[in-house]
Amino acid sequence: MKTGIVRFPGSCDEVDALEAASRVGEAVLLWHADRDLQGVDAVVVPGGFSYGDYLRPGAIARFSPVMEAVAAFAAEGGLVLGICNGFQVLCEAGLLPGALLPNTGLRFVCRQVECVVVNERTPFTRGCGAAERLSVPIKHTTGRYHAPEVVLEGMEAHGQIVLRYAPGRNPNGSERDIAGVCSEQGNVLGLMPHPEHAVDVLRGSDDGLRLFASMREHVDAARAVA
Amino acid sequence: MSPSPTATRAAYRELGLTDSEYELICAKLGREPNGVELAMFSLMWSEHCAYKHSRKLLGRLPTEGRHVVMGPGENAGAVDVGGDLAVAFKVESHNHPSAVEPFQGAATGVGGILRDVFAIGARPIAVLDSLRFGEPAASARSRFLLDRAVAGIGHYGNSIGVPTVGGEVYFEAPYEQNCLVNAMCVGVAPRERLVRSAAAGPGNVLVLMGASTGRDGIGGASVLASAELDEADEAKRPSVQIGDPFEEKKLLECCLELLERGALVALQDLGAAGLTSSSAEMASKGGVGLEIDLARVPVREPGMEPFEIMVSESQERMLGVVEPARVDEVMAVCARWEVGAAAIGEVTSGGRLRVRRGDEVVGDLPVAALVDECPLYDLAPEPPASSPYPAPAATLDEDASLRDVLLALLASPNLASRRPLFERYDCLVQSRTVRRPAQSDAAVLALPDAGGLALSIDGNGRRVACDPYRGTVEAVLECAANLACAGAEPLGLTNCLNFGNPEKPHIAWQLERAVAGMADVCRALDVPVVGGNVSLYNEGVEGPIDPTPVVGMVGRLPDVARAGRLGFVREGDGVALVGPPYPPSLAGSELAKLRGEPLPDHLGEWDLEAVIDAIAAVAEAVREGWVVSAHDVAEGGLAVALAECCLGGGIGAQIDTGRADDPLALLFGEGPGRFVVSGSADGLEALSRRVEVLPCGTVGGQRLSIGVEPAQVDVLLDDLRQVHEGGLAAFMA
Repeated sequence: MKTGIVRFPGSCDEVDALEAASRVGEAVLLWHADRDLQGVDAVVVPGGFSYGDYLRPGAIARFSPVMEAVAAFAAEGGLVLGICNGFQVLCEAGLLPGALLPNTGLRFVCRQVECVVVNERTPFTRGCGAAERLSVPIKHTTGRYHAPEVVLEGMEAHGQIVLRYAPGRNPNGSERDIAGVCSEQGNVLGLMPHPEHAVDVLRGSDDGLRLFASMREHVDAARAVA
Repeated sequence: MSPSPTATRAAYRELGLTDSEYELICAKLGREPNGVELAMFSLMWSEHCAYKHSRKLLGRLPTEGRHVVMGPGENAGAVDVGGDLAVAFKVESHNHPSAVEPFQGAATGVGGILRDVFAIGARPIAVLDSLRFGEPAASARSRFLLDRAVAGIGHYGNSIGVPTVGGEVYFEAPYEQNCLVNAMCVGVAPRERLVRSAAAGPGNVLVLMGASTGRDGIGGASVLASAELDEADEAKRPSVQIGDPFEEKKLLECCLELLERGALVALQDLGAAGLTSSSAEMASKGGVGLEIDLARVPVREPGMEPFEIMVSESQERMLGVVEPARVDEVMAVCARWEVGAAAIGEVTSGGRLRVRRGDEVVGDLPVAALVDECPLYDLAPEPPASSPYPAPAATLDEDASLRDVLLALLASPNLASRRPLFERYDCLVQSRTVRRPAQSDAAVLALPDAGGLALSIDGNGRRVACDPYRGTVEAVLECAANLACAGAEPLGLTNCLNFGNPEKPHIAWQLERAVAGMADVCRALDVPVVGGNVSLYNEGVEGPIDPTPVVGMVGRLPDVARAGRLGFVREGDGVALVGPPYPPSLAGSELAKLRGEPLPDHLGEWDLEAVIDAIAAVAEAVREGWVVSAHDVAEGGLAVALAECCLGGGIGAQIDTGRADDPLALLFGEGPGRFVVSGSADGLEALSRRVEVLPCGTVGGQRLSIGVEPAQVDVLLDDLRQVHEGGLAAFMA
C-alpha cells in the first residue's frame, strides 16, 4: 500500500502520519499546491493548523488544489483518513457530514483518551474487535462534533459513527460522545483523536496502529479481488 | 539645522541613554548622531542588548566542556549528543511584554526563542517554560496573567508544531507586579549543518525573509526590557509585538530547507532591536560592514520613518546572507513556502553599517562602536541590612496535624498538580515524547539512535531570596536531580537570570552571589553553560521580584526504553530514601511559607560532594534498572514526594521512617540530593552497594501511611488526588 500524506502550509502532524503509515507500507508527502496524488492507495489529511486555521479550521484548506484531487479520489472509493485538522478539512469540504465546533471548555486540550470502536466493519477499523477500546491522544481546541439531530439519526442507522469517547471521557462536549465518523460509503473517515501518535508503546500506546493496519488489509484485500 | 542641546538631551534620555553614554557616542562618531543613528545606538547600548551590567559577571561561568559544539555568543548554544547529532538550546525571558499583555507577550516569547534555535540550523523539537506570578488566591490579576500567558504559550507552540514538553511555575507575592515568562527551546541538527551568524564575503547579498515590517514593537527592547515597570504601562501596549505562528511555521520550514541546500552563508533572527541588532551583530561577528537600503524593505504601511524600519520588532523575520549566484534559488524556495523575501543590501568591507533610503544616506556608523564598545559597568554589591521581602501571608495554622499539613501542601499553588496548565500544550507532536509532563521528573524525548534526551527547567526564587548563593546552587542541583530521575547525565546548561534593578546595591549583591553559586556548582558538576539571557530591572512599584535564576538543563540517556518514571509501579516493591544523611531543614521551605514565616537569611546546610554523588548514583540506578521509579525530594519535602510517587503511579505505600525528634522537619523539610526510589529487594540491594540507602517501606494498597514515631499520617489516595488535582484548577475556571 502507498499512502499519501497531504502537507498544507501550517500542517504539523504530517511527518508523524508519514512515520505511522510507513509502518504498514510506503508513504509519501503530497504538496498542497499539486493536483497529482502520485498513484497512492490511500490519503491522510493530517493534523495541524492548515493556513493558520484562519477564518475557521479547515475553511481555507478545502480550496487548495490538492483537495480537488482528494475529493475526486474519494468519489471513486479511495480511502481518505482525516485526523484532527484533517477531519475539520474533510467536513468543510463536504466529504463528511457535520462540523467541528470549539470545545465546551473553550481551551486547547491535550490528553490521552479511551475510544470505543462502534463500527468495526469499516476499512479503517476492520482489524479491531467489536466495542474494542483504543487508547489514543487528543489535542485540539475545536473538536466538538456537531450535526443536526436528523443527520445524526441517519448516521447512526448507516453505521457512520465509527468511534466514540468512552463513557464519561468526552473531552470536548461532542454530541453523542462522537470521536470519529465516516462517509455513507465508508471510505472516508474523520476523527479527532490522533492514531498516528499511538503507534509505539514506548511513547504511550500502539493502539492507533490498528487503523493504519486495517487500511493496509483493506487495500490488499481489494487488490486480491481485482 | 540641528536641534537645541536641551531637545537633544531630552531625546537621548527618553531613549534610555545617560549623558556620559551620549558623549561617548559623539566621541566615537566625531559628531552628533542623527535621529536614526541615535535610535540604533539607544537599542544596541540598552541593557537588553549590551548586557552592560552583567557581562563582566557572566565571564565567571564555565563555558567549555568536551560536549560543547557552540558556546555563548551565538543565537543558541549546542552540545554533542552522539551519532553526529548536536542539540541546540537556549532559554530567554519575555517578562515585561507579558506583564503588559500576557497572551502576546508569552506567545512572542516562544516565537523568539524558536527563531534563535532554527537560526543556527537546528529543528526545534521541544519547548519548556518557566513562569512566575503573584499569589493566585489573593490576586485576580495574577490569575488573569497565568491564564493568558499559558494560552499564549500554547497558541504559539501548538500552532507551529513544536511540543511543549515541560515547565514549571511558582507563585510568590514579589512577582505580583512583574511576572516572569521564560521560554526555553531545544533543537536538533546534524552536527555539521549548524550555522553561525557571522556575515561574510563582501558582495554577498542580504536577504530579509518572513513577515513585512510594521510599527509594532518599536522600542520594545529599550522601553520595556530595560526599565522598571510603573503604573503607566497601559500606554506601552503598542510596544508589545503581535505573533503569528503560521507565518513562523512557514519561515521555519523555509529556512531549514535553505540550510539543507547549503544556500545560506549565514542566518540571524530579528529579535529585540529588529534589523538594527541583527544586521549589526552579523557584521560585527564577521568583521565586515553592511549596506542596507530601507526602500527595499517590505513594509506594512506607507510613510514609515527610517528609524521605525530599523528598530521595528515585527515578529517572524530572519536575515540571511546569500552568495549572488544563489539569490534566485533562495527567492524560489521562499516563494514555494509563501514566505516573503527581499534583497535589502549587501556585505561590504570596511566595518561600517550604512543605512540608505534609496540614494539618501540616513545613517552611517562604525559597527564596532555599535556592538562592542558600549561601556560596561561594575556592580556595587552590598548585602541588604534586612530582607527587602515581606513575610508571606499565613494560610496554615501553627497547630495543624501532620495530615492536614500534607493536604494543605499538596493543594498549595506551588505544589498542586500542573495538569490544568500542561493539558493546554501539545506535548506529542513530532513523535519523540517518551515521558510526558508528570510522568517523570524530566521530559524525555527519543533520539534516532535508541538513546534519549532528558530536559528540565527550574529555579525556586524564594530560596534564592533567602540565600542567593546557595539558592542558585540548589536550582542547578534540582535540574541535575530531575535528569537523574530520568536516568540521564547532564550535557549542558542554559540560564535566564531574572533580577531587579542592578544599580541598587542589594540587587547587585543578589546577582553577584547567584552567578558565583552557578559558576561553582557548574564546575563541580562539570556542566558547561552554553548560552543564556539576562533580564534585569524586574521591579514593580512595591519592590523587586525574588531573584530568579532559571536553569534549563539538557542531558542524555543511553537507552530511552529505560527512561525513569516518578510514580510507584508494582505492588510489593520496596521503597527507599536515597541521599546524604543531613537533617532536612524547614528554613525557606513551602511549609514555612504556608505558616507565614519571614524569609530566613540562610538555608539548611548540606555537603555538595555528597549531593552530587547521590545524583550520580540515582542516574546509574535508573539506567541499570535497579529501581523502577525515582523521584527527587523537592518542595514540600519527603511526605509530598511520597504522595507524588503514589499519585503518579495510582498506587499507595506503607512507610515507616522510624523515630524522629522533629517529625515536621523530617516529613516537610527541604534540601537537595534526596530521592524516593522503589524497586525489587535485589535492585535496592544493588543500589545500596553504590550509595547510602534507607529502606523505609513497601508499595501497595490505596492509601499512603507514613509512620514517624510517635506520630502517624494516614491518607486515602483519593483524598490526596482530590486536593492535588484541585489546587490549581480552582484558579483556572
